[in-house]
Amino acid sequence: MDMLASLLPAGIAVHAPALIVVIPLIMAAVAALMPRGIFAWGVTLATAIAVAVLSLNILGQVSTGGVISYAMGGWLPPVGIELRVDMLNVPLLLLVGIVGLLCVIYALPSVADEIAKKQQSLFYSAFLVCFAGLLGVTITGDAFNVFVFLEISSISTYTIIAMGAGKDRRALTASYNYLVLGTIGATFFVIGVGFLYMATGTLNIADMAAVLEQNGHDRVTQAAFAFIVVGLGLKAAMFPLHVWLPNAYAFAPNFVTAFLASTATKVAFYALIRFVFSVFHPEVNFVAMSFTWLFAVVGVIAMMVASVQAVFQTDARRLLAYSSVAQVGYMMLGLGMGTAAGLSASMLHLMNHALMKGALFMALGAFALNFGVRRVKDLAGLGQTMPASSAAFTVASLSLVGVPLTVGFTSKWYLVTAALERGWWWAVAALMISSLLALAYVARLLSAIWMETPPAGKAGLAPARRLAPWMVLAPMSLLAFANIYFFFHADPLVGLARAAANAVMGGN
Amino acid sequence: MIEALYDVSPAWPVIIAGLIAAAVPNHYVRKGLALVAPVLAGFLWFNVPSGVHTGGIIELGGFTLETFRYDGLSRIWGLIFIIAAFINALYGLHSKDRVGDASGLIYAGAGLGAVFAGDLLSLFFFWELTAISSVFLIWGSKTNEAYKAGLRYLAIHVLSGVMLLAGAVIHSADTGSWAFDESLSVNTLGGFLIFLAFGIKCAFPFLHNWLQDAYPKATVTGAVVLSAFTTKLAVYALARGYAGTDMLIWIGAIMTAFPVFFAVVENDLRKVLSYSLNNQLGFMVVGIGVGTELAINGAAAHAFVHIIYKALLFMSMGAVLYRVGTVKASELGGLFKTMPATAIFCIIGAASISAFPLFSGFVAKAMTLAAVAHEGHYIVWFILLFASAGVLEHSGIKIPYFAFFAHDKGHRVREAPVNMLMAMGIAALMCVYLGWPDMFGIPGGYRALYNLTPFPEVANEYPMWTFDHVVGQMQLLLAALFAFAFLVRMKWYPDEKRSINLDFDWVYRRAFDGTARWGHAMFGRLWASIGNVLAAARTRMGGRLFQAFSPMGAISRDIPSGMLAIWTSALLAIVLIIAYIAP
Repeated sequence: MDMLASLLPAGIAVHAPALIVVIPLIMAAVAALMPRGIFAWGVTLATAIAVAVLSLNILGQVSTGGVISYAMGGWLPPVGIELRVDMLNVPLLLLVGIVGLLCVIYALPSVADEIAKKQQSLFYSAFLVCFAGLLGVTITGDAFNVFVFLEISSISTYTIIAMGAGKDRRALTASYNYLVLGTIGATFFVIGVGFLYMATGTLNIADMAAVLEQNGHDRVTQAAFAFIVVGLGLKAAMFPLHVWLPNAYAFAPNFVTAFLASTATKVAFYALIRFVFSVFHPEVNFVAMSFTWLFAVVGVIAMMVASVQAVFQTDARRLLAYSSVAQVGYMMLGLGMGTAAGLSASMLHLMNHALMKGALFMALGAFALNFGVRRVKDLAGLGQTMPASSAAFTVASLSLVGVPLTVGFTSKWYLVTAALERGWWWAVAALMISSLLALAYVARLLSAIWMETPPAGKAGLAPARRLAPWMVLAPMSLLAFANIYFFFHADPLVGLARAAANAVMGGN
Repeated sequence: MIEALYDVSPAWPVIIAGLIAAAVPNHYVRKGLALVAPVLAGFLWFNVPSGVHTGGIIELGGFTLETFRYDGLSRIWGLIFIIAAFINALYGLHSKDRVGDASGLIYAGAGLGAVFAGDLLSLFFFWELTAISSVFLIWGSKTNEAYKAGLRYLAIHVLSGVMLLAGAVIHSADTGSWAFDESLSVNTLGGFLIFLAFGIKCAFPFLHNWLQDAYPKATVTGAVVLSAFTTKLAVYALARGYAGTDMLIWIGAIMTAFPVFFAVVENDLRKVLSYSLNNQLGFMVVGIGVGTELAINGAAAHAFVHIIYKALLFMSMGAVLYRVGTVKASELGGLFKTMPATAIFCIIGAASISAFPLFSGFVAKAMTLAAVAHEGHYIVWFILLFASAGVLEHSGIKIPYFAFFAHDKGHRVREAPVNMLMAMGIAALMCVYLGWPDMFGIPGGYRALYNLTPFPEVANEYPMWTFDHVVGQMQLLLAALFAFAFLVRMKWYPDEKRSINLDFDWVYRRAFDGTARWGHAMFGRLWASIGNVLAAARTRMGGRLFQAFSPMGAISRDIPSGMLAIWTSALLAIVLIIAYIAP
């Protein structure tokens, strides 16, 4: 940790919280000016590397020095905008930074294939704006600022999803749908923040929490709570507000899907945790009640219904998208337990799920890149034609089911223990059933890949093996390997998840 | 003694060899692996000094897994599993079957791993691994019955694993410990679940049918491999966790007695052996239930010798199946003319299982019987005595008699392959050696067995070769022999007929299967009618929506965004209501 903390010179390290947002934002403008896609990609890659390094450095700083509070422009909080990093959002910064970097490496061949040449620079620029927005939501300590960054990331997300139209026009309607719903969510959220501002007279999150603790709650703050939960829940694809997600994931460019699936809903989920646990306290009656009666219930329903929906999908990415909704259900369930164990299990699953889904969507992208296949039945025989990508896909999908020796098992295990600690037997049963359903939809994919023969080529010949480009293979294999590695070395992730839970449950 | 290897459980070389064998297309390399792996495992076993040793600790996500616990109890089981793995490899040397080789090795390795597991989580891991790897030995027969039996076998063993895991979670929640030791008890929920999980694998009455269902349908070598590990692993687990549980005495007594009837009338000789396997397990379970040091010694020694002679019997029947193509008693007879060596080995195995003095069964069974009598369980003692006579009847006499003698059915087949004969020879030699008494001042082979038992000092004090032991046993055996001869002579003995005997397994073969089929059909209908309702609804909603969202379009199956806006409001209302009614 000391090593990470001293990764950067002190002068830069002090401003790391600001730089991690500002660099991608500025670079977005630079990328837009680039004449060719590959240069824009170079800018993006450099930015992503910088962000990854900064996020590691911030992890080091927080682990050694405790909470970082950075006053933007020298205006001290609560008046000025505060950037605040503690153990809860540091895992998210790491996740966005490092998975983002891996996705960017992966982007070059994938984007070159899917986006028209003229648009590539703009595409990277929009991506960088989204990147900055997600990092901003994660790092800011100001409630209104959360809204601003949420909108920054969302609007750019609509753009990059719509750019999938080059391959499939349905990306346009998917993006439009997401735009309508995302805007509703953002509006709800900002209304909630407005109510809170009315009640507390401040926008700083820490300050709000302090005022609320002192003054107690009334109908205004309860309404604020409802609006914020629904608004952020929509962004986090909380069931039944997830309807925008399957299409957005299914028709966006592959790189975008891989990136969004492993970061965007996670960041929204983080924001939800931040508000529900830090601003509102889990021991306040109506909050505690909404845990049991809203989050846990909705989580369990999502685990069941979305998994069943996934079973019947024909499009591979759509299938995994429904599975993502189900996985958000797991996280909601963990959150709904309202205990430190539940929250840390939830955080652990959040990180692990990013590892699995990142690898899975990258592998589907690789399949699409080499053979243009998207439907489940078209995956037939890929085990023979693309063995490396198929292997990575298999590892990650086993992890998705929660097979031992993969991280999926670890996080489900912690969820089960947390549920048992709470005495929620039904939740354990739901977890088991949902895992079986996951097995069912994963089995469809895997049996197509490994059991069936590849369709014969033009002259009736078996199709030749095709290796995905190394820029696709390397990040994908790394993520797949991480799925196994962190089972055997679970301590780093489990430690982060525990620290995150303690940051909001214990230290408050 | 290489200390660096103290942390390596003997399970690993065998499992790794299995994994390699799964990938190696070359037959000879696989066989080499199968022979070398048990030798390596044996080396690891001998490498650890006797005494209590805990090693191979793996830290995993906050859990401490203990993969190599070496003490009196796991020692003897570990050794016999290693020996069995070697003999099995030798026996299967002729068969060119990649899946069989790999699964046999992984299965043996998993059995070893479970024996040396020091905590419930590692036990669970290996427990499931034995189930999953062994089912391929049944499927290897490639018949439809074998496939179905394999599925049933897999289902019940996975169930056992799930119960073990559930029990372990509850147990650890109660006690805060994952240790796999005497702290388990049938009086707690967790302990009871684990007990049932062990019971399934140990083929307790009413949980036993997977055994007679699956083993006779396995491949020639598969049955030999299967007979060695699964159930004895369960006996070990019971001895470790539930020694001295009174319930086990009666469970064991029933296990010894009831298979006798089924075994006597059964026609398929491998199925007869499966029933007698059940009966033998009963002796061990009774020993564990009594729970004194002498009784545990008896159970352990019995498991040790039992694996050898049961494997010997399965091997001889396997050889018959391999050469003749059937092991139905009604179609065999007179094989001793052309398979004399197999016949002799079979008789040695039969003599051992019937506990003839000078054979290995005698020295083990006597200890259990003595322990039972010593603790005053006289009724159980009589049941065991009856069962001993039954064993002689169906395993000791029926198997060799009907296969190799009886009415000559005119099969003129060749002697078993050399590798099978070697494997049987080694097993037969051990049967004789382990039953050999002290003679002319030279300590007999049974001392080696007694020194291996968990409490060697108790075992060695036990006066084995006394006048009344030997004579008592001989009286029992001769009486049973006479009864058999008399019944055959008078033609009262139930003829070997082609029949199927109904056992409790009817319940889950027919009733459960029927329920499942009915449920499936009903579900199918329900599904179809839901589909109809939906289709009708779609038609009613009219063509306009349908055209707006083309049938190919993804939107057609989605909720339009306006609808979602309503959903959003509904959810908002729910949260508000929750907040409103919160106290």
